[in-house]
Amino acid sequence: MRKEMLGSMEQHRLTKKKEVFSEWFIEKLLLMAGISSTLIIALIFLFLFKEAVQFFKTAGSFDLIGKWVYDDWEERNVFKMMWQSISEVPKYSLIPLFCGSFLVAFPATIIASVLGIGCAIYLSELAPPKVREMLKPTIELLAGIPSVVIGFIMLAFLATFIQDVFHTKFRLNAFVGACGVALAVLPIMITIAEDAMRAVPKELRDASYALGATKWQTIWGTVVPAAVSGISAAVILGFGRALGETMIVLMATGNAALVTGNIFSSVRTMTANIAAELGSVAQGTEHYYALFLVGAVLFTFTFTLNFISEIILNKMRQKLRM
Amino acid sequence: MKNALSLKFHGLTKRSFRWDEVLSDFLVRFFALIPIAALAFIMMKIIAKGSGAITWEFLTQAPSQGMMHGGIFPCIFGTLAITLLMILMALPLGVAAAIYLTEYAGKGLLFRVIRAAVNNLAGVPSIVFGLFGVGFFILFVGRNLDAVLKTGMLFGQPCMLWAAATLAVLVLPVIIVATEEALNTVPQSQRAASLALGATKWQTIWNIVLPQARGGILTGAILSISRGAGETAPILFTGCAYFLPRLPVVNLFGFIPMINPFDQFMELSYHIFIMATQSLDAVKTLPIQYGTTLVLISLTFLLNLTAILFRVHFRKKMGTVTV
Repeated sequence: MRKEMLGSMEQHRLTKKKEVFSEWFIEKLLLMAGISSTLIIALIFLFLFKEAVQFFKTAGSFDLIGKWVYDDWEERNVFKMMWQSISEVPKYSLIPLFCGSFLVAFPATIIASVLGIGCAIYLSELAPPKVREMLKPTIELLAGIPSVVIGFIMLAFLATFIQDVFHTKFRLNAFVGACGVALAVLPIMITIAEDAMRAVPKELRDASYALGATKWQTIWGTVVPAAVSGISAAVILGFGRALGETMIVLMATGNAALVTGNIFSSVRTMTANIAAELGSVAQGTEHYYALFLVGAVLFTFTFTLNFISEIILNKMRQKLRM
Repeated sequence: MKNALSLKFHGLTKRSFRWDEVLSDFLVRFFALIPIAALAFIMMKIIAKGSGAITWEFLTQAPSQGMMHGGIFPCIFGTLAITLLMILMALPLGVAAAIYLTEYAGKGLLFRVIRAAVNNLAGVPSIVFGLFGVGFFILFVGRNLDAVLKTGMLFGQPCMLWAAATLAVLVLPVIIVATEEALNTVPQSQRAASLALGATKWQTIWNIVLPQARGGILTGAILSISRGAGETAPILFTGCAYFLPRLPVVNLFGFIPMINPFDQFMELSYHIFIMATQSLDAVKTLPIQYGTTLVLISLTFLLNLTAILFRVHFRKKMGTVTV
């Protein structure tokens, strides 16, 4: 009897030991999965910059701004800020690409901010629950439209429409791209801005009403200032997404790498530049490394923007918890 | 002093009709209509122009005569195949990561670092994922695998495997966030009850937490399939092809047809892009472009709608349990 009991205790001890081991093993396995996203971010950094720095093996960093090239027409050396990868003297100036990217991303962010914040105010402060229940999924469905489809609609239809309205010289230009990109980043901006406004405690609104403020005085004087960090995070995040948008700008901006400030001119963004050229370039050439360099610069931009908005949102959450 | 003044001013303006308020009211209502209008416009435009192109032949045949005629079956097949491969890679990893985040990581520094990484990953430009796919998966992992396994150029070239892996990285945050949300809705009391009965932590997660979070995880999976099916930039250089004479299928043991992950593939979103920007006659192929877009958007729209309905259903169910 006693021996039997001892046996079962021993058995129990063994299964317990096995359990402890498997628990430990599973936890480590899950930990590895958990840190995978951190690892991937690190790998993206590593592999983009690993290829990008090799650009400087054959080119100087000044080449990223421009190059002195002999001009046959003017019969003298002129300073050219151009991205001209396929030419006798390849030029890899990032300036026209910056022009393109910002000329699309700034207007897109402005359009999407105005619409997005307005929409967020409506959703969080004015909309009856029924309308909200309808509107939220609609916004989600809009977010689910592939960017290539938005690009296609801009290219096949809206570009002509916009040209007819504004009488622009180029059918495909930065503004057409910006409209498409605005549509693409609108859902995420609405979502974050609305979350920020809904997180404002009801007491603040009540206090404002109790002081005799009207609905809109409460919104502008209390809700929006209280949610301003979340709203700015939404704008920053939207700007990052707008900079990184690829297919829409590739299809709708005309892809001419010009140094320009004209919003109705054809432009080429950093993203479109990579997408348009990487397919036809041999691995290990200067051109190839130049494209990775553009990617590394782009990633640095968006990473920083994402990081800033992440910090702002974290601060906001902490404040709300207090 | 200033306050008294503004109060007086307020008293003066209060009784009068507030034009600015009416205008603001109107404006935000108008802004709120724009997402609906945009969605409706895009859908209607594509349905109106694309439905004419949809025939049985269009859906079941390959493009022919220099892409000017024929159907898009290889693209549909490629899209389904690559999203299947993608979800097979992304789902286990994403769910495991979410389990670690909610059940093991606590709320300390590690949690915050992982959280930040997931959020940041969601904001990485899709073209950067494309570069990453080339630089990491094809040139680093693939070439080194070839060197070690002596397989020639099997891994070190653009193919469906690497395209799917790139997409898997891209949709990882979608799955993690959705799974996390689902796990968090499972009441703590149930975990405590299970642990009190002597179950280990993993037994609790496996038998109590995960079954209840199934709906939420499924929602995340559907959302990420939809997202993966619509992405173009990450697959541009990692395995997508303009035109292939045959499907990326291999006969296992000579008779079991299977998706060949080492082959290149055609894909719907890439097909739209190529046909719209680089086809021989973009005007003449416009019906094909609209038709392809209609197929793609129906796919993603239905997937998203399913995910949303799933989530509503799931939240309602959980809501009754939690109270």
